[in-house]
Amino acid sequence: MIKSVMKSVAVVAAVCAFALTSQTAQADVLDDIKAAGVLKVGVKADYKPYGFLDPSGAIIGIEPDLAKDVADKLGVTVEYIPVVSSNRMQFLEQGKIDLMIATMTDKPDRRKVVSIVDPNYYSSGTNILSPKKFGFKEWEDLRDKPVCGIQGAFYNKRTSQNFGAKIVAFKGTAEAYAALQQGNCVAFVYDDSAIVAKTKDEAFADYEMPLPTIDDAPWGLAVRLGEDGFHALMSDMIKDWHKSGRILELETKWGVANTPFAKAMHDKFK
Amino acid sequence: METFYEWFRVLYDETGINLPFIYDSYDRGRMFDGFLLTIKLSLVCLFFSIIIGMIGAWLQGSPLKWTRRIVNGYIQLFRNTPPLVQLYFFYFAIGSLLPKVATDYGGEAPLLGNFAWAAISLSFFAGAFNVEIFRSGVEAVPDSTVEAAEALGFSRLQIYKDITLPLAFRVVLPALNNNLVNLVKTTTLAYAIAVPEMLYEANQIWSDNVNVTEMMLFMLLAYFVLVGVLVWAMNSWERAMKIPGYGS
Repeated sequence: MIKSVMKSVAVVAAVCAFALTSQTAQADVLDDIKAAGVLKVGVKADYKPYGFLDPSGAIIGIEPDLAKDVADKLGVTVEYIPVVSSNRMQFLEQGKIDLMIATMTDKPDRRKVVSIVDPNYYSSGTNILSPKKFGFKEWEDLRDKPVCGIQGAFYNKRTSQNFGAKIVAFKGTAEAYAALQQGNCVAFVYDDSAIVAKTKDEAFADYEMPLPTIDDAPWGLAVRLGEDGFHALMSDMIKDWHKSGRILELETKWGVANTPFAKAMHDKFK
Repeated sequence: METFYEWFRVLYDETGINLPFIYDSYDRGRMFDGFLLTIKLSLVCLFFSIIIGMIGAWLQGSPLKWTRRIVNGYIQLFRNTPPLVQLYFFYFAIGSLLPKVATDYGGEAPLLGNFAWAAISLSFFAGAFNVEIFRSGVEAVPDSTVEAAEALGFSRLQIYKDITLPLAFRVVLPALNNNLVNLVKTTTLAYAIAVPEMLYEANQIWSDNVNVTEMMLFMLLAYFVLVGVLVWAMNSWERAMKIPGYGS
């Protein structure tokens, strides 16, 4: 047993070493982007109003607008690549996208994998969407009940570990919402910012966001590790957004009440 | 045992090789649950797909035209559509049409949960192939053997149950092996409808720990071992059932 474990560890080490060496030899991504004339940005396509599809199938929302700002600044066109929580960092690592603005919560272990840009551009917490008839009041009320979630969301583990909920995690939000409506789960644990938008949806009139929001955590947009030039540029970009009130403006444009985080950052950089 | 677990935490700190399903008790628990569920789902599907195969092959030889047509329709439907599409179809389309049952926490849930749908869908999927596999075995039994049984006054069911099927079984085992191996691997699809089997749990762990490479390698090894055990068992069975002079 020990021997076979050691063997597999050796294999893992070899693969990791290979992955690391292959990452270092890269030119500055800013030159590549300008040469190609296209900035490839990973955004969500199922996360209203931060990134979603309009009736024609184009990706629109707050984050695509921010991505457009970056492309305008670089003088290139923007290409939106739809990502989901479980593949967004991999897409960035593999070079399928150059920049990721995909509602990602800023976490220390994620900073080891991708280069998250300071300051944070947004923030949200965790809450649930649940039918009003259940009348949940506390997170503890979810104990031993099936709760829908999204594969790859960091709060799945927390919700099941601390509050004893049985997480039923799906690939995308569409499946999770469908499962919730069909009664396969009693609630859907997700970002409060997205839930607020969903409760305004007519099909979800009987649903509410009943619990106190937990884990209020900043979001980070990210570039590949080692892209220091792009990182610095994005850092200035974010400061600019906060300073000019661009984030507040976009919130208003897309029908979100101005969040305390966005207001505080605006005051800080004003 | 605890020092063994801790060794992997040290390994992570020292080398960056992150295997949380060994050192983290929560991740270890869910990985183990996932492993058990994969085995459970595999066994349930193996059992029912073989039953479907045996009954289907018998019905295919039915003198009634419509019975044969229905069986053939079933085979075409399930063999010609992707298993992932079938899973989604059963879970989201058929599942929503079923009557709801009250749950103990005051809500209403569909009659069948995701595990039940995965078991049903995958059993029917593999069963469709098994029917054809069993048919190939049934057709390999010499007509003279069947005629001899008829002459002794055996009924059609008796001939199938006591004469054709036992002989056919020996012929079909290699092909059946193949299909059952595929079935065990196909259980990973159940994670699309959130059945917490091994791949689903691995996905949860790599999302939390960002250790995709390690988890992928572990998954590969885990399924290699799991399917290896099945193949070994089937091969032993094949040897044990061998009749001297029958077949090769």
